[in-house]
Amino acid sequence: MSWLSASLIASLLAMLQAGVILLGVVLLGAVLTIVERRLLGLWQDRYGPNRVGTFGSLQLIADMIKIFFKEDWIPPFADRALFVLAPAIAMASLLLSFMIIPITPGWGVADFNIGLLFFLAMAGINVYAVLFGGWSSGNKYALLGAMRASAQTLSYEVFMGLSLMGVVAMAGTFNMREIVNAQQGLWFVVPQFFGFATFLIAGIAVTHRHPFDQPEAEQELADGYHIEYSSMKFGMFFIGEYVGMALISALIVTLFFGGWHGPWLPPIVWFALKTGALLVLFILLRASLPRPRYDRVMSFGWKFCLPLTLINLLMTGALILLADPL
Amino acid sequence: MNIAFYLSGLVAVLATLGVVTNTNPVHALLYLIVSLISVALVFFALGAPFAGALEVIVYAGAIMVLFVFVVMMLNLGHEGAAQERLWLRPRVWLGPAVLSAVLLVTLIATLWSGDDGRMIAGQTLTAKAVGSLLFGPWLLIVELAAMLLLAALVTASHVGRVPGPTPLESGDTQPRQHTQPRKEGA
Repeated sequence: MSWLSASLIASLLAMLQAGVILLGVVLLGAVLTIVERRLLGLWQDRYGPNRVGTFGSLQLIADMIKIFFKEDWIPPFADRALFVLAPAIAMASLLLSFMIIPITPGWGVADFNIGLLFFLAMAGINVYAVLFGGWSSGNKYALLGAMRASAQTLSYEVFMGLSLMGVVAMAGTFNMREIVNAQQGLWFVVPQFFGFATFLIAGIAVTHRHPFDQPEAEQELADGYHIEYSSMKFGMFFIGEYVGMALISALIVTLFFGGWHGPWLPPIVWFALKTGALLVLFILLRASLPRPRYDRVMSFGWKFCLPLTLINLLMTGALILLADPL
Repeated sequence: MNIAFYLSGLVAVLATLGVVTNTNPVHALLYLIVSLISVALVFFALGAPFAGALEVIVYAGAIMVLFVFVVMMLNLGHEGAAQERLWLRPRVWLGPAVLSAVLLVTLIATLWSGDDGRMIAGQTLTAKAVGSLLFGPWLLIVELAAMLLLAALVTASHVGRVPGPTPLESGDTQPRQHTQPRKEGA
């Protein structure tokens, strides 16, 4: 067994770990669709899906069967190549971003020294899913949705990057593991509260979740950019949204809430608890907030969030220099 | 790393050819995005991950979105594709192609004779190194670029200024919109 060297075993284990994380994230995204509907039902005084299995526990399987066996239809007026490509971008770019998230000291896929920038790059690529999906459908409602998405993107992407730079300045690195380790004494949510608040807003906008779901506003646009999609192509957009939710929650936990750090319980439990709490916050936001007009979203992004993040970054830099002059 | 460099370089060249030869503007933009991402991979292979990440964030993620946005709004359709095909006749592209080929030959000859350009190795450049270089020896250029961007920003906000209340904003109750037309009348 000479070929079974130590480095081979290590790389096989790393691959297995990456596979487990990938499967776990996709499954989490699927389960979240049902959890969200149950929680929305609870908060809005109705039942939600509770017919399939005990307390609706098998609803997920029923939905999966339905979505897999629907007719996979590509409209004749659509641009075929881009129409097929768009859902793949939607899912892949968000799934790839999970690569940089350190779940526990031992678990995590990649340990980049540009970790945080990799997420920003993938968030930038993710926009094309909506743009291409909306344009290639050859449908006016879809195009309107895609147009809103790009207008919205341009207004939040700038301050999303800036809101994270305070954390980077305090930790002195883009590496996610080192950022988590820098929070051993104090979680960054305390000194970087404005960074946290603005990143939460930008994160919701990245996932096109309520209240930033103008691209797919049901009432006006009849579902926006994915109106022409059916079957699993729609499913990719749908699950991709929940994967995005999980990604943003995990990122916020890693960057602002100390990652796996916490007393008594093992690291994995802390990470899961914090991420779960943020996921519930996402759903609660959807249950409770109305949707603003998209020109107001844009002016809020440019006139309020951008100056706020700039001031936050300036103050952070000044305080770091005050505490530790070069 | 050599294989990664050559592969992503090849993809970059092919994708850029696709940008030029494609008749559908949105497909051409897709090729351009692929080209930018493969240039970012070239940066990664050369040991400059920071530059690579910025390439994706700034060019592929922000600037190209604007391009796609504008092309989508124009909705060129089949007439646009026919027009593009008309422009792609050999008579039109032969002259520039020959001139570029001369430049390419010069570049290859230079690389062939010297031995500095042939190396694809180097140490990894971190974000910190890039930052201290930008704000150290090159501070003046960074400041000049900042001035230029500020001037562009002021110009854009002046050109895009809305003189009175627009139909979109007429629902707002802020006093600024209501006082502005009166000022212009006076």
